[in-house]
Amino acid sequence: MDQIELRAVSFEYTANGRRVLALSDVAFGVGVSEFVCVVGRSGCGKTTLLNILAGFLTPTKGEVLMDGKTLHGRGLDRGVVFQDFAQLFPWRTAQRNVEFGLEMKGVPRDERAATARRFLTLVGLDKFTGAYPHELSGGMQQRVAIARALAYNPSVLLMDEPFAALDALTREDMQRLLADVWRETKKTVVYVTHNVAEAVYLADRIVIMTPHPGTVKSQITVTLRRPRDPLSIEFLEYQKRVVADL
Amino acid sequence: MSRGLARFFAGAVASFGLAAVVWEAFAWSGLFSPALSPSLRVIVPTLVGMVSSGMIFLHIGYTLYRILWGLALALLLGIPVGLLMGRFKAAERFVLPLVSVLSPIPSLAWVPVFILWFGLGDAASIALVFYAATFPVVLNTWTGVRSVNRLWIRAAQAMGAGGADLFRKVVLPGSLPFVIAGFRQAFARSWIAVVGGEMIAATNWGLGWVIFDSKEFLRADMMLGTLIVIGVLGVGFERLVFQQLERRTVGRWGMVRTAKA
Repeated sequence: MDQIELRAVSFEYTANGRRVLALSDVAFGVGVSEFVCVVGRSGCGKTTLLNILAGFLTPTKGEVLMDGKTLHGRGLDRGVVFQDFAQLFPWRTAQRNVEFGLEMKGVPRDERAATARRFLTLVGLDKFTGAYPHELSGGMQQRVAIARALAYNPSVLLMDEPFAALDALTREDMQRLLADVWRETKKTVVYVTHNVAEAVYLADRIVIMTPHPGTVKSQITVTLRRPRDPLSIEFLEYQKRVVADL
Repeated sequence: MSRGLARFFAGAVASFGLAAVVWEAFAWSGLFSPALSPSLRVIVPTLVGMVSSGMIFLHIGYTLYRILWGLALALLLGIPVGLLMGRFKAAERFVLPLVSVLSPIPSLAWVPVFILWFGLGDAASIALVFYAATFPVVLNTWTGVRSVNRLWIRAAQAMGAGGADLFRKVVLPGSLPFVIAGFRQAFARSWIAVVGGEMIAATNWGLGWVIFDSKEFLRADMMLGTLIVIGVLGVGFERLVFQQLERRTVGRWGMVRTAKA
């Protein structure tokens, strides 16, 4: 059974007195521990979709099931990583940022600190637990954000173009790191991106969306063995297939 | 850093030197009698005398006592009100008209009223400082809450924060740069209020009273000496209190750039 199931999800909003259909009848499932990338041009509603999964928005039609139950609002069963580095709290050190979700869960202080350090180690930042966000590079800040979203042990990780604002080399490092983290933590991941190579590198399955209104055009299962080689013929073939549908 | 510090002092010496030269030229010009525009050669010994007799410290003590009480009350009232306004539209709609009307009234315009209510002495000056300081605190805190990055709120909400937790752990620290700016502005206004208030409402003590009392005895040197003391205290607070406060909080967190040297 799928862990997340979108059933004919539509989302409509009003802008300047006009109704805009951002998502129309979006339906797909995400299996347990599956890595799904949602790919599409800007305006295809992929961020709206992620905001619905995160519980920031409610579908105007249709519903989202999580573990078989209708999703209502936000919850600690999902971790969210945004694109903007500014998502970290500047007044908290890396470790205290990672502890935030644990604080909300009522985890005692010592256990919080230990868990936070463990997840910072997982993303390779064990030497920077005491650093404030502004003292870290963009890539490091995003790694803290990933550690923060994982630390309170949600079963699903929702990521909205987390590496889009990074330079190309850092982005590749981060993709490798994320693939490793995913292999170790076995989280279910929904990852929104407009970067085709990134999607082919990370995803078990790619959901391709097209705009006006946002709909699912096709889905491509990526069966390449991991770790994947972005320079292999097969990798490029997948990229071509995705681009053809965009 | 030390080179920057040296440069800073060089700049300060040059500007003070120029100001001193201009003052001396004015003092010796004969535009006013020497009793009204005394030379620095008179002012400085007077100042030294005020300091060495210890009298000036008593006056400073009284003035600071009034400022700190008024300021503390202003923070105690202003920060919660500003926070509430930023959080609840109803509070904003209720408080803002009142603040908009009261805040442009110069605090000194209240002096006669406060004298009638509180009599001469500390209470009137404290009330005056409180009046002058509250509005900058309220308005800056309110702005601070509204300027909190929405992404912090979203991230916190995604991690299960809501209500009081969200407010205490995200909104409050997130608005701190503005709260500190409000504190700083409130302090500047408090100086104006307290010195002005003491001129009229104080008896025997306080820097404002010294200035006013010196006028009675035509002691321009004492008046000007006291003005210098007020200026030095202002700089001292800026350096030792506000810049330190900023450096240890919002500066440390990279939320504002702190002043150098």
